[in-house]
Amino acid sequence: MQPIITSQDVKLSYGAFEALHGIDLDFNQNEITALIGPSGCGKSTYLRCLNRMNDLIEGVTITGSFKLKDLDMYAEDTDVVELRRQVGMVFQQPIPFPMSIFDNVSYGLKLNGRPDKNFLEERVEESLKQAALWDEVKDDLNKSALELSGGQQQRISIARVLAVRPDVILMDEPTSALDPISSAQIEDTLLQLKKEYTIIMVTHNMQQATRVSDKTAFFNLGNLIEADSTEKIFMNPAKQETDDYINGKFG
Amino acid sequence: MDEIKDRLLKPSKATKQDQRGRMISYLSIGLIAILVISILYFIATRGLSMFFNDGIKVSDFLFKTDWNPGKKLVGALPMIVTSFGVTLLAALIATPFAIAVALFMTEFAPKRGARFLQVVIELLVGIPSVIYGLIGLAVVVPAMRIMYGGTGFGILAGAVVLFVMVLPTITSLTVDALKAVPSHYRQASLALGATRWQTIYKVILRAATPGILTAVVFGMARAFGEALAVQMVIGNAAMLPHNLVSPSATLTSQLTMGIGNTIMGTLPNNALWSLALLLLIMALVFNILVKLIARKGRIK
Ligand SMILES: Nc1ncnc2c1ncn2[C@@H]1O[C@H](COP(=O)(O)OP(=O)(O)OP(=O)(O)O)[C@@H](O)[C@H]1O
Ligand SMILES: [Mg+2]
Repeated sequence: MQPIITSQDVKLSYGAFEALHGIDLDFNQNEITALIGPSGCGKSTYLRCLNRMNDLIEGVTITGSFKLKDLDMYAEDTDVVELRRQVGMVFQQPIPFPMSIFDNVSYGLKLNGRPDKNFLEERVEESLKQAALWDEVKDDLNKSALELSGGQQQRISIARVLAVRPDVILMDEPTSALDPISSAQIEDTLLQLKKEYTIIMVTHNMQQATRVSDKTAFFNLGNLIEADSTEKIFMNPAKQETDDYINGKFG
Repeated sequence: MDEIKDRLLKPSKATKQDQRGRMISYLSIGLIAILVISILYFIATRGLSMFFNDGIKVSDFLFKTDWNPGKKLVGALPMIVTSFGVTLLAALIATPFAIAVALFMTEFAPKRGARFLQVVIELLVGIPSVIYGLIGLAVVVPAMRIMYGGTGFGILAGAVVLFVMVLPTITSLTVDALKAVPSHYRQASLALGATRWQTIYKVILRAATPGILTAVVFGMARAFGEALAVQMVIGNAAMLPHNLVSPSATLTSQLTMGIGNTIMGTLPNNALWSLALLLLIMALVFNILVKLIARKGRIK
């Protein structure tokens, strides 16, 4: 397996508080990796490093190395905007922009020049189909995205990222605000998407991790405790801490 | 036993306090309501008496251009045009500035820059309008004279003075509107590979549009109602403006100029009350506009 992202000795501090204490973690192409761990252990912090969203927070210092294929993600001359097109992100809360469904999904496409209408329409349809939302919204693409349900809005957020065709998709608890049916739909979507994308997702839901992920990484207190195939982590973890966590003894 | 009964049946101290508090607030509300209603009634009766008692047609008042109440000529169109002229022009110049400053304060320098500009804005709000008028008279009018000839008095000078006066209003309300945009929008847009500028004009300004429109309308209401500063630079000639630098008069300036020189109950006096009524109606219109924008913004 080819790693698409490699990270080494990642340390991150918010001001004087060190939230990550040296993380080495790689992600394979076309796999789903789940990041698990108790609340406050640094999963979101680590995830946000991968498309440099932490740059937006004042007072953050990051050391260590991140590579997307051969590209040094934090090099001086790395174009952050371009990096974020290759490493897309879906947030915990659905964030539809106050515009139509069509404009939401095509948002990222219109950032780069003026693509022609046919191309946009094709891409929007394709992305909505991939996000398992097309059948529900195909007749009112001009409706405001704010009028959709929470689950639909989250799938809009996913479609919006897919439309840009990133290599990697980061997801921070993408289903935590959704009902079981919408969650299941999104899980199905992820399994479909795996063929074309690399997905890294944070989840608090152990069943979800076992259902969809190939690899699981367990974080605790700013450290990576272990990362291995999901099967190994859940059936036969190397560390007692991991075992305790997945069996609900803490966290 | 009797003691307990006694205590339960008599209102306690707290209950009495509560009742007294409620009484006071109801009284205040009643007083304010009476005040508002009497102001409205007063202006309406005075403002309408010209039409009922002196037999002036409303259409003549609104659309005729000759203003000489002594000779029963009460065409207010020149003042209406000038009032709208200075208001719209001032808002037109002020809005882009206000948006730029507000963006700087919220998006680019939210810490130091914002605090400094906040002070500047509060200062601008606190300056009495007569001072704006004086500066307008000393600086703006001569500048207009040099640049465009004529006397320098007129709509343009008025608009420039009003621009400075409404800028803080529009800016601070625009800042509020921008701050109200959820920060997720910024993150989601940047995460899709948008630049900061793209994020600002495609998402943030768009989401803040109803708020910004409200800010502009508030600014316009302020400009429309301003009297003193405008009166000092507008030229005070009650005739239809030929251009932006010919002396003219707004509804407000005509009122302040004329009201001391007329006798209660005469046509010239009543005509001024009709101007006041018009101003009041416009104030209501601005208010309704704000409400409509707010409602539309919410539904979307
Ligand atoms: N913007 C910030 N400024 C300062 N400290 C922060 C910031 N964001 C997170 N932290 C701290 O960093 C640590 C890791 O937070 P992080 O959000 O990465 O946890 P998490 O594993 O995602 O938790 P959860 O499962 O609750 O989402 C926490 O102790 C948190 O308080
Ligand atoms: Mg988190």
